[in-house]
Amino acid sequence: MIGLNLVYGIAGAVFAIFAVLALRDRRLANAGFHALIAASFLIGDRLGDIANGLLVLALVAIAASGRMRRADPAPPPAARHGARVFVPALVIPAAALAGTLLFKQLPGLVDPKQATLVAVTCGTLIALALCLALLNARPAEPFVAGRRLIDDIGWVAVMPQMLASLGAVFALAGVGGVVGELIGAVVPAGNVAGAVLAYALGMAAFTIVMGNAFAAFPVMAAAVGVPLLIRGADGDPAVVAAVGMLAGFCGTLMTPMAANFNLMPAALLDLKDRYGVIRAQLPTAIPLLAFNAALLYAMIA
Amino acid sequence: MLVLAGIAVIAGGFLLRFNPLLVIVASAAVTGWAAGLDPLRILATFGHAFNETRYVTAIYMVLPVIGLLERRGLQERARGLVAGLRGATAGRLLAGYLLFRQVTAALGLTSVAGPAQTVRPLVAPMAQAAAERQGATDDAATERVKAMAAATDNIGLFFGEDIFIAIGSILLMKGVLDGYGIVLEPFQLSVWAIPTAIAAFAIHGARLMWLDRRLARKGPAA
Repeated sequence: MIGLNLVYGIAGAVFAIFAVLALRDRRLANAGFHALIAASFLIGDRLGDIANGLLVLALVAIAASGRMRRADPAPPPAARHGARVFVPALVIPAAALAGTLLFKQLPGLVDPKQATLVAVTCGTLIALALCLALLNARPAEPFVAGRRLIDDIGWVAVMPQMLASLGAVFALAGVGGVVGELIGAVVPAGNVAGAVLAYALGMAAFTIVMGNAFAAFPVMAAAVGVPLLIRGADGDPAVVAAVGMLAGFCGTLMTPMAANFNLMPAALLDLKDRYGVIRAQLPTAIPLLAFNAALLYAMIA
Repeated sequence: MLVLAGIAVIAGGFLLRFNPLLVIVASAAVTGWAAGLDPLRILATFGHAFNETRYVTAIYMVLPVIGLLERRGLQERARGLVAGLRGATAGRLLAGYLLFRQVTAALGLTSVAGPAQTVRPLVAPMAQAAAERQGATDDAATERVKAMAAATDNIGLFFGEDIFIAIGSILLMKGVLDGYGIVLEPFQLSVWAIPTAIAAFAIHGARLMWLDRRLARKGPAA
């Protein structure tokens, strides 16, 4: 069945090519970093947990050495294609859309849980072929240009994956339970407004710490949502759960821990301020969090 | 209580601007140590989770395509599109994108757009071109418009996706509540994402209109 094996195979191949190109230019730290990511994609399942842990430590060592370099400035782009240049760019989202719908109908061929990722991968391959056919690119050209982008992003590229892994250690150590107890302990009994506030702000605060509202929800549901709002104040469980989760999403907009949403785009867009995207989101996130708390209170009290 | 030390390490490390990857590993080590785990167990847990979450990093496979298209003038073309649009402003353009992102996410199409797929190659350059026409050409304005483009993408995604009944967070909520003997249909949960989706569009949309006013004040419209 086609699933993550295809996705990781292609991603691994792309990073392997980045590594070779970096090696050719004697950018050794960048080459090592890309080679380790390629190895993780291609043989990660066969390495075992300890070896994967060592691979992570090697990635961190390279990043912390400060030897990774950004790309050299590029000559200005040549605009000689007209509107044709949009075609490969639009093929990726179009394939993601069509593939997601199509692959769900073919559960035997494509793993339905990975339909979108497989579709994006197929779209990338089609777009790459179009670059060669339609824009007369030499085969190495996309990878040379892509390496420039990945070198500008640098080690921030693996930060989302690193934070997700830290979340696993937090879970094993029981961090969630301790925070839940702390928040549960400060809520005065029988006070609906206080409980709503603790729940909504708790979801946001916990998400800010963990970088992920998914990690916050089970903890806050156990500490406040179920005992105080659903059972204690007779709130509609659908409202408590759905709006609570969205309060958590407001937290996601405010935290560098959600690196794939907040730090990766800043690197990708070459912003001078690493936290520029978060700063742009705060004035939306804070009133929206207040709205969610008010909505909860209005529906429960 | 001691396991919270890892959170202090993260907050302190980010604040003091140590290399974030180093801070993350240090936090994992401190948290695991505080919970009485032996070092190999911490390393194995981290390595296992890293291997299980590779799909997060897989999106960089689009970079060769995006890189080549940019070398062939994609961003300039995207800017050219805006130049031909009468009345296009950075704020209106991003408000349109916000609506597009919310609606497609609500239909479950969360990956048709994103920072690598759409914001960097198309949305940010188009918004920048519009801002320049509004007279905002200095670095600070460019930086603000680019950051706002990325922010708009996130906000549209977050406050659209929960309307779709088969998205991960809806299934997580259903699963957690099942554990307490509370049985809900995904549809009941997704309906309650709609009020916040509307509020998100209103609040962020108003900020985008405000962005236009600030840009216009910076210089005369061309």
